[in-house]
Amino acid sequence: MTIPLIQFIDVSKSFGTSPVLNGLNLSIYKGEIIVVIGKSGTGKSVLLKHIIGLVHQDSGQILIEGKPLSQLSAVDRKSFHKKLSYMFQDNALFDFMSIYDNIALPLVEDSVFPKNQVKKKVLKRMEQLGLIGIEEKFPAQLSGGMRKRVALARALVIDPEIVLFDEPTTGLDPIRKKKVHSMIQEYQKQFEFTAVIVSHDIPEIFNVAQRIALLDEGTIKFEGSKKDILDSHSKVLNDFIQGKDF
Amino acid sequence: MLIKFIENFGKKFLSMLESMGRAILFFLAGMMHMFTLPIQFAKIIDHTWFIGSKSIFVIILTGLFTGMVLGLQGYYSLVKVGSEAALGAAVALTLISELGPVFTAIMVTARAGSSMTAEIGIMRISEQIDALKTMHINPVRFLFSPRIIAAVISFPLLTALFDVVGIFGGFISGSIMLGINQHVYMDTVIQSINIHDINIGFYKAFAFAVVTTTICCYRGYYTHLYSGFGARGVSLSTTNAVVQSCISIFVFDYIITFFWI
Repeated sequence: MTIPLIQFIDVSKSFGTSPVLNGLNLSIYKGEIIVVIGKSGTGKSVLLKHIIGLVHQDSGQILIEGKPLSQLSAVDRKSFHKKLSYMFQDNALFDFMSIYDNIALPLVEDSVFPKNQVKKKVLKRMEQLGLIGIEEKFPAQLSGGMRKRVALARALVIDPEIVLFDEPTTGLDPIRKKKVHSMIQEYQKQFEFTAVIVSHDIPEIFNVAQRIALLDEGTIKFEGSKKDILDSHSKVLNDFIQGKDF
Repeated sequence: MLIKFIENFGKKFLSMLESMGRAILFFLAGMMHMFTLPIQFAKIIDHTWFIGSKSIFVIILTGLFTGMVLGLQGYYSLVKVGSEAALGAAVALTLISELGPVFTAIMVTARAGSSMTAEIGIMRISEQIDALKTMHINPVRFLFSPRIIAAVISFPLLTALFDVVGIFGGFISGSIMLGINQHVYMDTVIQSINIHDINIGFYKAFAFAVVTTTICCYRGYYTHLYSGFGARGVSLSTTNAVVQSCISIFVFDYIITFFWI
């Protein structure tokens, strides 16, 4: 049996008196694209933030290749986090930095690569994402779609093994949404990273996903492929997909 | 009623202790990361340019008018007791050990400190600080440490500039406008100042640099905890940072003067 790359076991998290995750169980496998869907405010972003280490669970365990994340040594935890990239819902680009500097930042701060190699890597990613010619511009000077691509370039520049996408198409028109979806699919195939996507783009996102998980009331209420969804008689799932309040 | 009052008081006291602990840890982390390699030269130069070079004009302007007012007020006070010849000494001593460091710190806080809080606060509410963390970049090292080094470099230099321009301002109103002998003015300036006074001025400038930069960066960094999210949260953090910095300048001014005079 394949050991999941990341596994949530009975993970609970509350903010003040409001529970967000409530005994959540979820397995994420290496090289797959898993999409987490669910109503706004059900803790989808919180789930991603647990993986990247921005939020810590109150109870339960998160396993990384079978080992509890909390029990990993500082070196192992750092090396796991170095495999991760996070694409924020609102891009979180540094507005005081040029596009080139934004994309180069993770490499520059890591101080592992010499300047010319950093430049080579950044320009390569910019070229792959159609961003050549805007190196000196600032995020505020770009359109929403371009900013998304810059955020994606920044997420991919470190050659991550796992990329976490937090609603990557929020605020985009249907054409650009489609472009971002195919971009994720294309680059996932090309770079073979594991993608965890939080999305509301139903049903379009089902074409990108290899597996879909429905998060509701702090737990996973459904997990399966696109075919499983179509065959499912789950009331919660069907109500959510049809936009009914449940 | 009394229990409720005690409960509220206890809550506020605990929250104040928590806040102080957080501020101290923030300060210590910033200090520690000043020395972690690689040294962030580019950022230090950039912030020194922003805090230091870009404050030169405002420091010259305030220094000049402070010196001119001191010269004017000092002359009319001293002339009553027939000691107007001591104007140079009065202006120089007041500026070097007291007004120079205090006014410089207040002006730089108003100009650069407020901008630090707003910039870091906006980074906080737009998830840019979280983005740094996801890129394994320590936000305190990235945002606070270079600024504190830049402030420690800039504050004493700006204070020295303020002092020199202020003494010249006193010379304009005392000698050129009110007729005190120019040589007497300059001679009393030189005779009255000793290294102890200059040192006190620099110790104050150094302390104000550390205190105000810490407060301004801390307020921006934790804007979501104290002032809430959004534009109003950032504006409130900025106001609080400037007010607290100014109060701290006066408190530390008293403490340093008390111990070093």
